[in-house]
Parts: sequence; C-alpha cells; structure tokens
Amino acid sequence: MDRIPILQMGQFLLVTIQVDMHDQLAMTLQDDLSERISATSARGVLIDISALDMVDSFIGRMISTISGLSRIMDAETVVVGLQPAVAITLVELGLTLPGVSTALNVERGMKLLRERVAAQ
Amino acid sequence: MAALGQHAVSKVKNAESQLVQEWIAALEASGGTRNVKGDELKADTREFLQLITSSLENGAGTAIGAAQWEDTRQFLERLSRNRAQMGQDSSQTANFIFALKGPFFALLQKEFASEPQLLAEQLLQASELFDALGLHTIRTYQASREAVIRRQQEELLELSTPVVKLWDGVLALPMIGTLDSQRTQVVMESLLQRIVDTGSEIAIIDITGVPTVDTLVAQHLLKTVTAIRLMGADCIISGVRPQIAQTIVHLGLDLQGVVTKANLADALALAMRRLGVTFTKAQ
Repeated sequence: MDRIPILQMGQFLLVTIQVDMHDQLAMTLQDDLSERISATSARGVLIDISALDMVDSFIGRMISTISGLSRIMDAETVVVGLQPAVAITLVELGLTLPGVSTALNVERGMKLLRERVAAQ
Repeated sequence: MAALGQHAVSKVKNAESQLVQEWIAALEASGGTRNVKGDELKADTREFLQLITSSLENGAGTAIGAAQWEDTRQFLERLSRNRAQMGQDSSQTANFIFALKGPFFALLQKEFASEPQLLAEQLLQASELFDALGLHTIRTYQASREAVIRRQQEELLELSTPVVKLWDGVLALPMIGTLDSQRTQVVMESLLQRIVDTGSEIAIIDITGVPTVDTLVAQHLLKTVTAIRLMGADCIISGVRPQIAQTIVHLGLDLQGVVTKANLADALALAMRRLGVTFTKAQ
C-alpha cells in the first residue's frame, strides 16, 4: 500500500502531498504523522498541498484534524501552497479551516514555523 | 403543399440579372445598403438568387427547414452575422430579403398574366417562402446580436476588476460597481491567481466604488477574504465610507475580524508596517 513520505528537517516535519488523496491514504497519513511527531518530538509540521488540484470535505477535515492533534502534541502546523481553485472550492463548501495556519509557499511556511517556535 | 412551379423557377433564372438590378434598386431606396459596399451587395444578391433558384430546381418546398435549403440557410446566417457586426438594425437586415419580394412578384405577374388562378397560387407560395426566409434572417441576426452583447458583458466584467501591484508583496483591487455572485467569482479568481503569481502577502480590497453594501455583498466580501486567508495571504478592506459603515452596523453584519480601513492610504500604511517597511522624509 502506498504511503505519503514524512521527511524530517531539523525540528520540523515536512509532508509533501503529490498524489491524489483518497480517504484511506488520508487516514494513514494522519496515523503516521502522529507517530512521527511523538517519535521525533518535532516542533512543527509543514504540509505542502500545492500539487493537489482537488480537495473535498474529507481532506479538508483531515487537515483540520492534523492541525488539532499536532497542537496537542506541541507542534505547530502550517499548510502551504493552496491553489486558487482549491481555496475557492473550500470557501464554497463552507470549510474555512479554522485554527489552521496557511502560507503561500514552502519558504514562507518555514519562516512562519520558525517564528512561532522561537516565540514559544 | 405545392412548391413554386418549375416554369416560374426557370423564368426567374432567365431574368436573374434584371431581378438583381431591381432588387438592388429597391434595397437602395429603402436605405438597407448603408455601410455595405457596392461590390459586396452585388455579390450577395447574385449568390442568394442563385441559391434560391437551385434549391427550387431541386424541388424544395416552402418549408425552409428542409435539407434542400441548407446552403441558403447557411448563407443567410453568415449574412445576418456580418450585418449584425456592421451595426445594422434588424429591419435593415430583414429588408435584404423583403426587398426582393417586389421585383419577384412583378416578374411572376408578367409571366402569369393570362392565368390569374395560377398567378395567385404562385404568389402565395413565393410570399410564404420569403416570409420564412426573412424570419430566419431575423432569428439569426438576433442570436448574433445576443452573442455580441454577451461577449461585451464578459469583457466589461474583466475590465472592471483590475488587480494592481502597489508594492513588492502588496496587491490592491479597486472594486467599482455592485458586487454580485458572478463578479465576486471573477474577482476572487483573478486576485487569488495574482497572489500566487506575485507571491504577495497582503491584498487590499478597496470598496470605495461599491455603491451599497448589503448582507449579500458582505457575504461575498467575507468569502473572498476567507479564500485569501486559506491561501496564506492577508487581506485588508479599505474605502469603507461613513454611510456604508452605518449600514453594516445597522444590518448587524459581523465582519469576523476582517481588518477594515477608511481609505486606501491607511490600508497601504498598515501593509507597510506589517512588511516592516518604514519611510523617512528626505531633509
């Protein structure tokens, strides 16, 4: 079964979603990520979804869940690279991803994570 | 229903050049040739007459939906499209067909003078045929006019939503006119795309040119702001006039922590502060 790789970069975890997300894959990612946060005691998670051109309500909820569970495990989550069409779809679906931090690209996302962690 | 007699068709064919001449004269008298070049008119009339006669020779009836009239219909569609683009009105375009009636009837009258009953029948047939062709022309004319109007509306929509770059990392969108859902969609798409292209962190939506803000407009604005936030950029709404501020409060609208500023200058100053840019006056 295919998995989405989770890369470690210092005290941050980097997740790049490059395939179409189906529900099982999303669930696996959620489990893997929580395991890795606990194993590496990461301070931040960066999820890059710039390659996704379709996000449904399930994936939207998964992003919210990941953000919530990593906050409990003391890691900040930043989602980067939402496509304009995806953003519009999410708004039309009424999913505003409350509590999820977003950034335009990976560079900005990393900057945001560092600032957040330094502030703590 | 019987078609125009073959006898009549052959007569028409023989008298073609004379018919064309009379037709053009009638067109000129009615003012239907305005903006149309002489050569073009001559070519059009001749081609149309040839199409009609060949269709009639093939035994076509007065029902112009039939396959024999295919070429004629296409010719008329092309003609009305051209006329619509030239800016002629519908009556001038339809006149192209109706002006042929006079010379055509005169010809029939001359040929069938000795047989009144046949003449009446042929006249009725010809009349029905021209009416049908004329109606078809008007229908196509209308359709092409509507296409022109639709295109203009779309162009207007694009024109009315320019996204301008104010500073490195600051985009501004001066909105002018009422916000409806279709416009919001276009605005959202172009603004989000520009945010991605330029990597801007702050977008300023200036609503000085929006005449009224009601619950629907506010909802559209909120949608845009939320989409911008999802992308990871920030949004400031500027140009909230006193009356609009009053309306928003009276309606009890909650702008959900959206930063609003009275004018574009204030919004730009705030954006600069956030970017950490400071200005000093030269001594």
